[in-house]
Amino acid sequence: MTLQDNIEKIVTHPHLSPKQKSNYLALEAENSLPYVAVSEQVNNAMKQGIICDMFEGHAPFKPRYVLPDYAKYLQQGSQYLELSPAEDFDDALNALTILYFHVPSVTNIPVYLGQLDALLMPFTKGLDTDAIYRKLKRFWILLDRTLPDAFMHVNIGPTDNIICRTILRIDAELQQIAPNLTFMYDPAVTPDDLLFQATSNICQCGKPHIANYPLHADAFDTRGFGIVSCYNALPLAGGANTLVRVNLKEVALNANSIDDFFAQTLPYYSQLAFELIEVRSAFLHQQSHFFDSFLVKEQLIDESRFAPMFGIYGMAEAVNILQALLPSAAEVTTTNVASKPNTGYGHNLDANELGLRISAALDNIVKSTPVTYGYNGRALLHSQSGISLDKNVTPGVRIPYGSEPDPISHIQALAEHHQYYTAGISDILTIDETVKANPQAMFQLCKGALSSGFREFSANVANNDLVRVTGYMVKRSDIETFKQCGSRTNTTGLAAEAAINTGIFQRQARVIAHEQAPFIHE
Amino acid sequence: MSKHAVVSQILPFSCVDGPGSRLVIFLQGCNYQCKNCHNPHTISLCDACGDCIDSCPEQALSLIHSQAMPLPQLRSQEMLLHGDLIPVNHSPSSSQSKPHIVWDSTKCSQCDTCITVCPRQSTPKTSHYSVEQMLEVIYGQRHFINGITLSGGEASLQLPFIIELFSAIKSSEHLSHLSCMLDTNGSLSSTGWHKLLPFLDGAMVDLKAWQQDTHHYITGRDNHSVFTSIELLVQHNKLYEVRLLHIPGITDYEHDIDALGGYLSNLPTETRVKLNAFHHHGVKGIGSTWPQCTQADIARLANQLTQRGVTNIVLPSLYI
Ligand code: SF4
Ligand code: SF4
Repeated sequence: MTLQDNIEKIVTHPHLSPKQKSNYLALEAENSLPYVAVSEQVNNAMKQGIICDMFEGHAPFKPRYVLPDYAKYLQQGSQYLELSPAEDFDDALNALTILYFHVPSVTNIPVYLGQLDALLMPFTKGLDTDAIYRKLKRFWILLDRTLPDAFMHVNIGPTDNIICRTILRIDAELQQIAPNLTFMYDPAVTPDDLLFQATSNICQCGKPHIANYPLHADAFDTRGFGIVSCYNALPLAGGANTLVRVNLKEVALNANSIDDFFAQTLPYYSQLAFELIEVRSAFLHQQSHFFDSFLVKEQLIDESRFAPMFGIYGMAEAVNILQALLPSAAEVTTTNVASKPNTGYGHNLDANELGLRISAALDNIVKSTPVTYGYNGRALLHSQSGISLDKNVTPGVRIPYGSEPDPISHIQALAEHHQYYTAGISDILTIDETVKANPQAMFQLCKGALSSGFREFSANVANNDLVRVTGYMVKRSDIETFKQCGSRTNTTGLAAEAAINTGIFQRQARVIAHEQAPFIHE
Repeated sequence: MSKHAVVSQILPFSCVDGPGSRLVIFLQGCNYQCKNCHNPHTISLCDACGDCIDSCPEQALSLIHSQAMPLPQLRSQEMLLHGDLIPVNHSPSSSQSKPHIVWDSTKCSQCDTCITVCPRQSTPKTSHYSVEQMLEVIYGQRHFINGITLSGGEASLQLPFIIELFSAIKSSEHLSHLSCMLDTNGSLSSTGWHKLLPFLDGAMVDLKAWQQDTHHYITGRDNHSVFTSIELLVQHNKLYEVRLLHIPGITDYEHDIDALGGYLSNLPTETRVKLNAFHHHGVKGIGSTWPQCTQADIARLANQLTQRGVTNIVLPSLYI
């Protein structure tokens, strides 16, 4: 199709709002430029679907994810935005709302809204519980209605405070898809009853995710970090300049033995991914003038705190493919693996050990490969949760849909991977509805997961109306009506596509994909 | 050597078998013959007749004759990952040579053909666990669970195993925080209860019918001991839950609602009255012709009980 055809299709699309059309038009325009210059090998690997730039666009002029230092902003005000420092609670909410409209991301909507309780606590003086509740509730509704994208992410915890408790209460009450919410848990700081409130919320609405605070904090410096979009952990006052991901399934298909995989194919395609990271980040940092922004001048972000994410997915398929190459695996064919619930990745000890070996090798590659624009000169490893167009390949290091063992075995099978994925890893546990009547069980499962080394605990309660189709929340009813009437929320379109491609409604509801794909949904 | 149990299944995570998150151990064998049983193959013990061996499409079954009982090799993590049992099956107390069915869980595709062909309506897919082995399984799960529940079949038929297991849990530094619950049909004798009570945190008891006749018709046994068990557990503050499996037109809960309501409302207020809805899944024989219980049936029963002063009613979280 020609550029004009595409543009016409977007402009005349019956179900897209004018704003959604503008976004797609901008992507078309950017993609009419030639792609940043890459080698023949990178080009081939991209064409074959072995490495992928996440459809970020041909000429990156904004970072993928930006995490401004909102605390600094509230304290100092903004010259550029002509704002004086916030003096009270309303000031603070107003100032935050204003800045949100100036924080870019790959989706054009901010993916990080700040550690809201820490940000707002200094402004609670003189306000009673009820006043705080009413103000925050209005704010929560405003976020959902004006920035309708479930990739935007609020962080709260690990301390116990009135803002944190009130946000949890409101989030359960309103059951909105946006914003996404992460609750930081620190066993040394967070009281059990606060974690219990958070895990009870999961039973009601699938949110929040529970982040293992000490584990994340150790991976970043004292300026801190945030959890953004879906389970991306990134430096505060920085972010991710780009995300390039490697399809481990395809890498494994190119290997002729396990040794070959570790010695040749994995290092080779990793180097190609790094080449792509280099050219994409070079364009952003050197040519786009993004870093001339007031965000940098007013020190809300710092160029040196941006890192590329080195993403991987398809671990399950890679492991099963490699296991089948073993001479001893003559009878454990792929069909065999499929028909037996108790074999293969996620079930078999040898398969799990191989998976872990791959994660360790990736960690080693990422930690030993310098990048020009990185956090301490390095990229950050990320277990990528998939995009709406992925077919027959499992997100990140997850166990394939429908073959997951019980939640505890699931956690035990994957826990050791979590140490390697500094930039986040999303394992979604699907828990059956009986947990709704027993939030204590969710609480205990969460504690167990975090104590076994999970960086993030995310659970999906089957048959909630609010479901995670990817890393974000959508309403089941929204998806079902999307085809008829379009949707107010940008993410519902992606979810609808993900749902159709992966048949989630024949399976348990779960997370499938999360990133904006530059495609129009018919 | 420690006691052994014949185990039909271990469920690493359950939300409906007592307080919080629980590991549930289902023991093989039951002394009731409920027409509404959802797992009829857990009633009889396998007698190693060998009839199922040839029917297995995966060659997962074989017959061995052994002298002593070789204990299964514990590969705790893998076993739990499988969510099922150690792939070795041996009979306890085999001092002389006896045939045993060996079930290889790694070959099994869970097609259940063996269960269909078994003339005793039993299953070859059971495993034997010593107390030590069971403790090892529990140890691996200890951070994820609030406790363990012994269920069945009728777990109390293997009481010595349970007592030894529970007492070991209570005296273990790493496991003593776990609560120990029993899910029972209430047929255990007072003597048996007294042996178990020191190690028991609570019990869930089925009250399958109010009247003797109805109970006898449904289960093949009378319900005198059920009432005795409930009374004894109340006395010792260990009655966690009374369970009513409602089968419209078959159970007599509604027919005898005044007597039942009066009885249940006199139980301690902490005791949960759990209503369960009968469905056909797994049910064989005449039970599969009985009407299934709908959400409306449960609501009506709950309402009638509420009117008669029953407070702590718990409704099913799922209707099939
Ligand atoms: S359930 Fe397993 S053991 Fe039984 S017949 Fe099928 S494959 Fe064989
Ligand atoms: S399971 Fe049934 S058919 Fe198989 S050996 Fe045991 S009693 Fe016989």
